[in-house]
Amino acid sequence: MSEATIPPGTQAPVFYETDEHHHDAGGSTMLGFWLYLMSDCLIFAMLFAAYGVYGGSYAGGPQPHEIFELPLVALNTSMLLLSSITYGFAMLAMNDGKVRAVQGWLAITGLFGLAFLCIELYEFSTLIHEGAGPQRSAFLSSFFTLVGTHGLHVTFGIIWLVTLMVQVGRKGLIAANQRRLQCLSLFWHFLDVIWIGVFTFVYLLGVLR
Amino acid sequence: MSADTHHDGHGAHDAHDNAHGHGHSSEGAHGTRRDYVIGFILSVILTAIPFGLVMSGVIADTRITAGIVMVFALVQIVVHMIYFLHMNAKSEQGWTLMALIFTIIVLTICLAGSLWVMYHMNANMMPTMDAGAM
Repeated sequence: MSEATIPPGTQAPVFYETDEHHHDAGGSTMLGFWLYLMSDCLIFAMLFAAYGVYGGSYAGGPQPHEIFELPLVALNTSMLLLSSITYGFAMLAMNDGKVRAVQGWLAITGLFGLAFLCIELYEFSTLIHEGAGPQRSAFLSSFFTLVGTHGLHVTFGIIWLVTLMVQVGRKGLIAANQRRLQCLSLFWHFLDVIWIGVFTFVYLLGVLR
Repeated sequence: MSADTHHDGHGAHDAHDNAHGHGHSSEGAHGTRRDYVIGFILSVILTAIPFGLVMSGVIADTRITAGIVMVFALVQIVVHMIYFLHMNAKSEQGWTLMALIFTIIVLTICLAGSLWVMYHMNANMMPTMDAGAM
């Protein structure tokens, strides 16, 4: 410990101070946001657990293979997958400092996200009209909670995306906006990872049951 | 001790800034166009195969299909982590990976525990309830 003590007046403490200050300008944001995503991951884990437990409790109601339309789910999945790569292109445009390209790719990403939401809402309304609403059975309650929570995340992602498009338009690709775009990038790709779990464990395995 | 670590931290930071030509501290790793395209192509393949298997019903035994589908999902999650989320052991001095591993451990305990406990509870409770009802 005594070896590490730096005598006053040397360069080292000053160097340390400036470094610390430099780091504070958003240096810890990405890690903090990642920790948020991990906590979000636990929320979804619990919803998946609930679905895993209740997924077979039909209460005499409809079963997965009767109500799930896989072509629709496949279309939905492709929408989310396409939005992932277009967001990736937005990030690449950001690295090149092209404001217009960033906004263009963000707009395309938002449209794919919106298409995803519309398809999901269409699916939900069809299910509810068929009498397979969330109040029908424990299976449907847990299904609507899990898929609905994911859809809610996508909704907020789109709101955030539009906000960033406006901000990038007003202030350009400043450091703060680049950081925000990186956070949204993590969020968006994270939602895609969750969707992999949803279409596998809810839809595909549900139909196989 | 502290002086050394801070020297190291600063050196790594400088190297990062120089490599990318950015003036600010963008610790999140950047992907290249190649990364995104590879990730996308792999994802499409890894999505299309399970959907195809389930929708066509090529394999008669649904258990085998279910197993294959789950393996594909796990592989695709890893692909997304690497190519889209740019996970690696170095970002944020390894703390992102540390947080991820911790989350996976908690997640596994919760999922496996819930399913295990509730399955056995159902298995043990249901017959007596049915017998009572009849």
